[in-house]
Amino acid sequence: MKTKMKRQIHAGDVIFEIFLILFLVIFVFVTLYPLINTLAISFNDGFDTVTHRIHFIPHQFTTDNYKAVFAKEGYRIGAVNTVARTVFGTLISLAVNAVLAFVISRKRFLFKKSFSLFWVITMYVNGGLIPTFIVFQKLHLTNNFLVYIIPGAASAFNMLVIRNYMNGIPDSLEESAQIDGAGYFKIFYSIISPLCKPVYATIALFVAVYQWNSWFDAMLYNKMKDNLTVLQYELMKQLETAMKSAGSVEGLKNSGTSITPTSIRAAATICTMVPILFIYPFLQRYFVTGLTIGGVKE
Amino acid sequence: MATNSVNIEELKPHKKVKFWAEAKRQPFLLISSALLLLYGIIFYYLPVVGWLTAFQDYKPAKGLLDQQWVGFDKFVKLFENETFFLAFRNTLCMGVINLVFHFITAIGFALLLNEVRIFIVKKFVQTISYMPHFLSWIIVTAIVRDVLSADGIVNEFLMKICGNPQAIDFFAEKAYFWWIVAFTNVWKETGWNAIIYLAAITAIDPCLYEAADMDGASRFQKMRYITLPSLRPTIMILLLINIGNVLNAGFELQYILGNDVISDVSKILDVFILDWGISQFDFSLGTAAGIFKSVIALILVCTGNFIAKKTGDERLF
Repeated sequence: MKTKMKRQIHAGDVIFEIFLILFLVIFVFVTLYPLINTLAISFNDGFDTVTHRIHFIPHQFTTDNYKAVFAKEGYRIGAVNTVARTVFGTLISLAVNAVLAFVISRKRFLFKKSFSLFWVITMYVNGGLIPTFIVFQKLHLTNNFLVYIIPGAASAFNMLVIRNYMNGIPDSLEESAQIDGAGYFKIFYSIISPLCKPVYATIALFVAVYQWNSWFDAMLYNKMKDNLTVLQYELMKQLETAMKSAGSVEGLKNSGTSITPTSIRAAATICTMVPILFIYPFLQRYFVTGLTIGGVKE
Repeated sequence: MATNSVNIEELKPHKKVKFWAEAKRQPFLLISSALLLLYGIIFYYLPVVGWLTAFQDYKPAKGLLDQQWVGFDKFVKLFENETFFLAFRNTLCMGVINLVFHFITAIGFALLLNEVRIFIVKKFVQTISYMPHFLSWIIVTAIVRDVLSADGIVNEFLMKICGNPQAIDFFAEKAYFWWIVAFTNVWKETGWNAIIYLAAITAIDPCLYEAADMDGASRFQKMRYITLPSLRPTIMILLLINIGNVLNAGFELQYILGNDVISDVSKILDVFILDWGISQFDFSLGTAAGIFKSVIALILVCTGNFIAKKTGDERLF
């Protein structure tokens, strides 16, 4: 009886193991296929993509699609603006959130409670699209590069993640520095910040990815200014036209060019994806620890 | 009595002195908090003051207080609008479906990944799993469109292996749209959402598993009776956070993939607000719809918090 029971459990475990392996294989395939497929299409001759089914490797290799992307003025301007907003937006946002978290996490700060509440409320109540639009318009932030950087700089969520990390640093460090005559700025700059590097890296990563991937603000506030466009917005416009002109293969044949909207879009997608995928392995350990240490609870 | 009153008289100015003495010690804190307060008022609180426009017939040329007040007219107009109700229903349904899928897949994925014994395989799968989270929604929308197009892999699979006679046009059929949104969210966010559960699983006391081994529990039983119940606090707190986000059911998928044929199921509140507020210049109506959305979200958060309080689970506030 006893041995039979043991064998049954064993059989169950084997089935479980098989199921697990099957699951992992399907999961990896489903996650990676679209990305590899896009990569293959981006290196395949545009006209050939229409007639041949491309899966993992290009059928007729070419780099023309990439040349076509780089030749487009919209993408070039968009790339410059995207890089600029990612660099400056991340630096400013990190500095602002770090100071904010520092102020709120000081035990002796006179308005600690009310000031925390002031920021926590912003997580639950926001003005919404239209009132925000009106305010930005009145502040002359429309048709302005600064709209990419200033409005999102301080965020209650990012502040809370940093604050939770700072709360874990012993008070004695601050107190001993105060006895030596250090002011709060000195404490922030030379004592707390060096200890907060992991959480700063996490927040910098979050903000950088957000900035790199943003397009809605470009459409909403800077639509009239072509020189303020960003990469993702250019990609979005391309996608929109592709949705409208889907399936006109005949038109393509007559146009005489081998570069189709699909292949250009694939190349552009890869271009915007590569920087993120490139920095990602290096920052991985930071965001996993940052996410779990920082927690999300108020 | 007399000594008491003297004490109080003494205490009050003393406290005041202490306040100013303390204030002198923290100029950096006070100056930076004042600047941040100003920033917060302008960028977070001023738009909320802008809610007043919902009660006006807002004309952009005039100031906020010079407008013509119309009371609740805009809300009446909003609730008489059929598209608004469709948009609200779609947003809510897609949000709820996303929420359910989010939890099932994230927890399921974390549990299964935790069962992988070979460290390299586990690390590899996890690294791949949160990669899509970092891709922009524009890229993901493009991918969804390609995968589901007439010559995409899904149709190829259905035709060659399941024997479908012809390709399905996924974006011309109302029945599919919500599920496309749900599966796209699963594809993009499962690995990312699972991170927090995987971290919580590593914190479970190994003694529990050892005891279960003694009792002859199978791997599935250990998963079901130890790992899953241990995750309860984490699940509850994440549920509370996400309930407030139910009405943020995504934007790009609905905005870009939605077309006239399926707009009855694809239009969401944010697209409605954008249509009326920005394209048709009815700022007041757009604001009214935005207020409606904010209020519902706030009610959902408070209700969730209240229920958590009653059942003794973790709370947000």
